Amino acid sequence: MRVNVEVNGKQRTADDVWEGESLLYVLRERLGLPGAKNACEQGECGSCTVYLDGVPVCSCLVAAGQTEGRSVRTVEGLADGDKLDPVQAAFVAEGAVQCGFCTPGLIVAAHDLIARTPNPSDAEIREALAGNLCRCTGYEKIMDAVRTAAAAAGGGQ
Amino acid sequence: MDFLRPTTLAEALRAKADNPDAVPIAGGTDVMVELNFDKRRPKALLDLNQVPELATWTEDDETLVLGASVPYATIIRRFADIAPGLAMASRTVGSPQIRNRGTVGGNLGSASPAGDAHPALLAVNATVDLASVRGSRSVGIHEFFTGPKRSVLEPDELIVAVRVPVATGPQQFAKVGTRNAMVIAVCSFGVALHPKTGSVGTGIGSAGPTPLRAEDAQLYLAAELEGRWNDPKPLPDNVLREFGQLVGAAASPIDDVRGTADYRRHALSVLARRTLAWAWQDYSSGRWAA
Repeated sequence: MRVNVEVNGKQRTADDVWEGESLLYVLRERLGLPGAKNACEQGECGSCTVYLDGVPVCSCLVAAGQTEGRSVRTVEGLADGDKLDPVQAAFVAEGAVQCGFCTPGLIVAAHDLIARTPNPSDAEIREALAGNLCRCTGYEKIMDAVRTAAAAAGGGQ
Repeated sequence: MDFLRPTTLAEALRAKADNPDAVPIAGGTDVMVELNFDKRRPKALLDLNQVPELATWTEDDETLVLGASVPYATIIRRFADIAPGLAMASRTVGSPQIRNRGTVGGNLGSASPAGDAHPALLAVNATVDLASVRGSRSVGIHEFFTGPKRSVLEPDELIVAVRVPVATGPQQFAKVGTRNAMVIAVCSFGVALHPKTGSVGTGIGSAGPTPLRAEDAQLYLAAELEGRWNDPKPLPDNVLREFGQLVGAAASPIDDVRGTADYRRHALSVLARRTLAWAWQDYSSGRWAA
């Protein structure tokens, strides 16, 4: 089947989509957007997190057909050209990346947290990132990055 | 495979009648896992995300009628005051991403004994609204589940809404798992106190072929609370323990990868004791007029 979906502000069309296919598969394999990562395929790891109509979801658990006419924003849609989003910049600055596989999902989840909660407590950060697994960092640098990004977002006002 | 995309409830019921093998999908947090892992190849998916009737709710002084596809995130945000037990259970579902998508309708449709919403719904005697092109019916939650992952839902029916009585007393929910997020309950327990009727509701999850009520525990506690509602002092330890014992005894758990039957019974008695103590403390605050 054909799926028409807005991705990162552009109207996109995917053809020959199998009816049971996930949004994640369509993004990675049909639309050339490999930012969202494919790992657990059961909503455990969060590495495929994207915005669907402005709400963070595991794209592996959304049937592609369910996105017809809706709006998706992936990690590729956060930067403004070559200018990184403050959350991305903070992950770089704080060294919150090791193997990098979980990073796109964590960045989308952190991006949503800071948009909703400009000055999050540590408990709020941990809760917001509870669905994103990282097996390298031990999370401390990720916590640092989210605090830094939140401070940068607040400092810009 | 067909992908059916109704945009009204009437269209959805027609589609289900014409395609009884179609698997309804809303949040996808159960259905997509089965598809991703090749465990299920349905003839059709019936997408309910574009059916506005299922995504809404109504509330009055007595009942919250919660559309089947309202996500957990909305329940947590909007209904913590009128459906506190369900909101607490919703907070323990998966992760933020899962709570943004997963729905009570889907939890009921999957009918897993471990579904997090079920103990909370049992404790308040919720009702499930079902519909088909043949008509509508309402089923009490305690009659809804018929076995592991089985329910009274007919092949041509859809779950439309769940009717949750507005809380008139304290409610609590707790579950045991290996970590806070993303965990299937080893066992779970919900309790609701109903000071207006002097009754008690319970729900046990993940410790039997279906979610269960602990009826002996309910009757025991209701009798113990008689005479205490108007002068709520801390409950004696033996009352808390007996309630816990009766809840543990009501379960019929099995040994599996998540825990043994003995552990589940023991853990349930602890959860029951603790949640009752919290609920009674809440009641003692005077927030709930008897």
